[in-house]
Amino acid sequence: MPDYAWPDAQHRTLIGTRVSRVDSPVKVAGQAKYTYDVHRPGMLYGKVLRCPYAHAKVVSIDTSAAEKMPGVKAVHIVQGPGTTIHWAGDEVVAVAAVDEPTAEDAIRLIKVEYQQLQHLVSDTEPPKGGVQEEGPLSMDAIDDMLDNQVPAGQMVSEIHQYGIGEKPDEARLNDFKESGASDAVLDALRKAAIHPEAASKLPSSYQKAAAQTAGDPEKAFAEADVVSEGLYGVPVITHCCLESHGSISEWTDPDHLFTHISTQNVSGIPGQMAEPLKIPATNIRVHQDHIGGGFGSKFSPDRWGIFTAEISKKAGGKPVRIMLERDAELEVAGARPSAYARVKVGARKDGTLVAWQSNSWGTGGPGGGGMPPIPYVFSIPNQRQEHIAIRNNIGPARAWRAPNHPQAAVLTMCALDDLAAKLNMDPVEFFGKNLTLTKPRENTYREELAIASELMDWKQKWHPRRQIASGDLARGVGLSFHTWGGRGHASDCDLTIHPDGSVDIKLGTQDLGTGTRTCILIVASETLGIPMDAIQLQIGDTTYPPSGGSGGSTTIGGVSSSTRRAATDARDALFAKVAPALNTQPDQLECVSGKVSVKGDSSRSLSWKEACSKLGVMPLTVRGKNPDKSKPPDLTNSGVGGVQMAEVEVDTDTGVVKVKKMVAVQDCGLVIDLKTAESQCYGAMIMGISYSLYEEKVMDPSTGRMLNADMGFYRLAGLSDIPELVVHMMTGKGYDERGVIGLGEPPVISPGAAISNAVANAIGVRVPFLPLTPDRVLAALEQKAGA
Amino acid sequence: MRPFEYVSPNTRSQAISLLGASRGNAEILAGGTDLLTLMKDDVVAPKRLINIKGINDLHGVSSNAQGFHIGALTTLGDLADDATVRQNYPALAEALAEAASPQIRNLATLGGNLCQRPRCWYFRNGFGLLPKNETGKELVAEGENRYHAILGNEGPAKFVSPSTLVPILVAYGAKIRLEGPKGKRELPLEKFFVIPKNEGEREHDLRPNEIVTEVVIPPASDVRAAHYEIRQKEIFDWPLAVAGVALKMRGSNVQSARIVMGYVAPVPWPSPEAEQALVGQPINKDTAQRAAEAALTNAKPLSHNAYKVQLARVALRRAILKAASGGVS
Repeated sequence: MPDYAWPDAQHRTLIGTRVSRVDSPVKVAGQAKYTYDVHRPGMLYGKVLRCPYAHAKVVSIDTSAAEKMPGVKAVHIVQGPGTTIHWAGDEVVAVAAVDEPTAEDAIRLIKVEYQQLQHLVSDTEPPKGGVQEEGPLSMDAIDDMLDNQVPAGQMVSEIHQYGIGEKPDEARLNDFKESGASDAVLDALRKAAIHPEAASKLPSSYQKAAAQTAGDPEKAFAEADVVSEGLYGVPVITHCCLESHGSISEWTDPDHLFTHISTQNVSGIPGQMAEPLKIPATNIRVHQDHIGGGFGSKFSPDRWGIFTAEISKKAGGKPVRIMLERDAELEVAGARPSAYARVKVGARKDGTLVAWQSNSWGTGGPGGGGMPPIPYVFSIPNQRQEHIAIRNNIGPARAWRAPNHPQAAVLTMCALDDLAAKLNMDPVEFFGKNLTLTKPRENTYREELAIASELMDWKQKWHPRRQIASGDLARGVGLSFHTWGGRGHASDCDLTIHPDGSVDIKLGTQDLGTGTRTCILIVASETLGIPMDAIQLQIGDTTYPPSGGSGGSTTIGGVSSSTRRAATDARDALFAKVAPALNTQPDQLECVSGKVSVKGDSSRSLSWKEACSKLGVMPLTVRGKNPDKSKPPDLTNSGVGGVQMAEVEVDTDTGVVKVKKMVAVQDCGLVIDLKTAESQCYGAMIMGISYSLYEEKVMDPSTGRMLNADMGFYRLAGLSDIPELVVHMMTGKGYDERGVIGLGEPPVISPGAAISNAVANAIGVRVPFLPLTPDRVLAALEQKAGA
Repeated sequence: MRPFEYVSPNTRSQAISLLGASRGNAEILAGGTDLLTLMKDDVVAPKRLINIKGINDLHGVSSNAQGFHIGALTTLGDLADDATVRQNYPALAEALAEAASPQIRNLATLGGNLCQRPRCWYFRNGFGLLPKNETGKELVAEGENRYHAILGNEGPAKFVSPSTLVPILVAYGAKIRLEGPKGKRELPLEKFFVIPKNEGEREHDLRPNEIVTEVVIPPASDVRAAHYEIRQKEIFDWPLAVAGVALKMRGSNVQSARIVMGYVAPVPWPSPEAEQALVGQPINKDTAQRAAEAALTNAKPLSHNAYKVQLARVALRRAILKAASGGVS
């Protein structure tokens, strides 16, 4: 059996070292081609007419003037008369023309009549008595869910849980199928319990989405020595990808589509485009070299990706480019659900946590959304949670880097930090005392907490919450814990050794800027004993073996495992060809430093090139897969823990918060490239500073429009807002042998809670909601002064 | 983009005659850092764009007994680097260095900075400068007004005057010179800004066929001045409050003061109340605080911007103390 296992520390030359990104030079030189940079010969430009209302019915559309306009090549109605629009900025008509200004002018010539409907864009605390118990689903509700791209799994589970109000006939089911309902959803509808009596009441915007109890919270609160109550929350923010969503699609013949798309999911795109375009997935080729940000919002071709292909077809197959404008990117291309909660926590005098109660609410737009996993990280023995989902018209939610976890961290770690303050305990001591509730990560957290405290100089910097004089620059520190899974996804890797010694690798994966290319090359180079630059790597195309979407921190585990297996098998196949020439058995060979040698006798060796010439005329190609139970061991794993600390300075006169230092201590099993791993953490902390201090999707109550769909008022941290950032990756014994685990999500989870806790420590009072803007900080200070 | 005519005159009189007598048909293009954005967003749609950058005598700076003359087309970047500004008007130099980003400062002109349109997010989203819904409700008063006016907001105008340079320029006593078909006129800079009462009116006293030619700042060798901005981000962010202060001292007491607030009202907001509170007084924390409080006595915050009263007060107090200590905060 070939030895696929990761080499141990003594036998690693590249894995775990700091290797610079292989694509840095092209990116720094501006030569890297992003989808946005793709300009195909004869390309047309598409523009989209968007609904100006947050909730409306399309009554009529007149495209005649646009169609007659010179330069306009195709007009495509995306949502025709009779359609209900659930958020402002949703697509109604798309136009392709010879250039952008013509397409824009054509859009202005289209007349759409809307019937405005009442909208809700607020996610403030649900009114008492206005909340609806989750009841049977109406057929309109099913329609809306399909419209809003609610995942099939969620739809099936809601249909099972609540039943439906009326039995759909086959025609209706067919309509659902046309609207994208999966077989599982149709099957669930056929088998669903019918509750006609409850179906007549109007659906409320406020739906009870979860209620659960564990242990005996009443008793535990009654027996607790200290109980702390507070209000915490995180607003809706956007993904704000610097490269907007979009694609360039062309029909190479009437049955074959070629699409360049900005995506986190190269291999998964054809399967999602095949059905709506009514062609086999095999006839769709997808290509992407580089992507300018996805953060969870780019797994699907999106409605606009489908109609880009449809317009191209209408325009005779010519390439059509539709990349979202900045305002559309912020309005419709994804948002992170909000989460707010009134939290009550109880502990014994010594700090031992005994009880949790939360009444939470939030919105994920028209789909409502679920409860974040609270209490987070700490399994408090007695707990009760209730969550209300607000269905509103702010636009759809999408997975945002570590879905639900940053919200859960704020709701949990801030509530626990307030409890520690009430106990007058140093949070390091308080959280340290309760780490037994974090099994199975207890030891990891304990080690990380000690290292983080050291790196932050916590003992010197932490002080009990205190009175501050007006005008002070107040400093404080805060911390938070987080966890994530991160097991490697399914990945196929083809590795070819050519008789001339050249090597190429092909995977249908993508590099989100995280260093995926670099890591694949590190693994192959380490395994074959030849330099990274001697290997040609091709990714980002559906002509290569499929590899999973880059979400949930699954890429590094997937591609490093499939590459390791491919390289190991290829190496062993090469050894079989080379062994006779060196007068030995294949299992006696090793390849190190560009040579194939007999183990322990470097005098008997061939250069890599000489060795490969033994292949004869045919190259040798092998496929490595992850997962692959037939080729143990499992090279990837799941479950990480991280601790972060923040130090802030607050101008108590102006409420302006500056982050002065952040520390991230993180494990992710075996680190392939220490440098890109650290970079993940730096980037995550910067993103964390942005959502802690600045980011918020601001909606106008009257018009239902997003007001800050631009980079002027949708603020992101700039260079001078980013302080000293310290990263420590947990490696060595206890970590390396676990295998490779993903790192994309975990380090972005804690900044909100850590920074909020630091501000509370600095000014002696909690600022309930992110972002920590001057108005909120001043309001908290004023409330404290008045208390 | 909607089609428009583009002209590049070489003289003031050509530019003026190309402007025409009615508002909105023609727009003046200088640095373009604001106008082109507004055009791309379809907030303004001029039929004629008049590029005035070819008018040579609108560029550059000079000094004479009246003071320091700044041609309307002088870029903020050039002005920030100008030795006279640095030496004689250090508070203006500081305001320039904090404005926008280096890239924008290299293109943006002083005239354009004075004529830029408000950053109100209702205006920028196409709801108008005095935005209302179909039933006549004022969108700003009813909506998201966290960045809007706390003074001078009794009428329908709730936006804040967007220039960060104007408060210190007004404090220095700057005058603006305009030229139209009937000749030249000069206004104290603060008079150039007006509060529109009806949609379609502009927030500047600039007639449709006039251009800004220059700004003149009187000599300020005996002035202690300071500029202070409060903003959330360190650089390249719209401020939440701006203050410009210029003091003339007699001994250790204030002889006269010019105190101007920015980002609090639809126009730059000089505060005679604060000026009176300071005259005859030494500058210390208490007198600065009293002056700042006097300046905000009449503030009427909207539903979400009461915090700006505090920020405006703090900006003024800090600017006063900074001016007294020679521009160092």
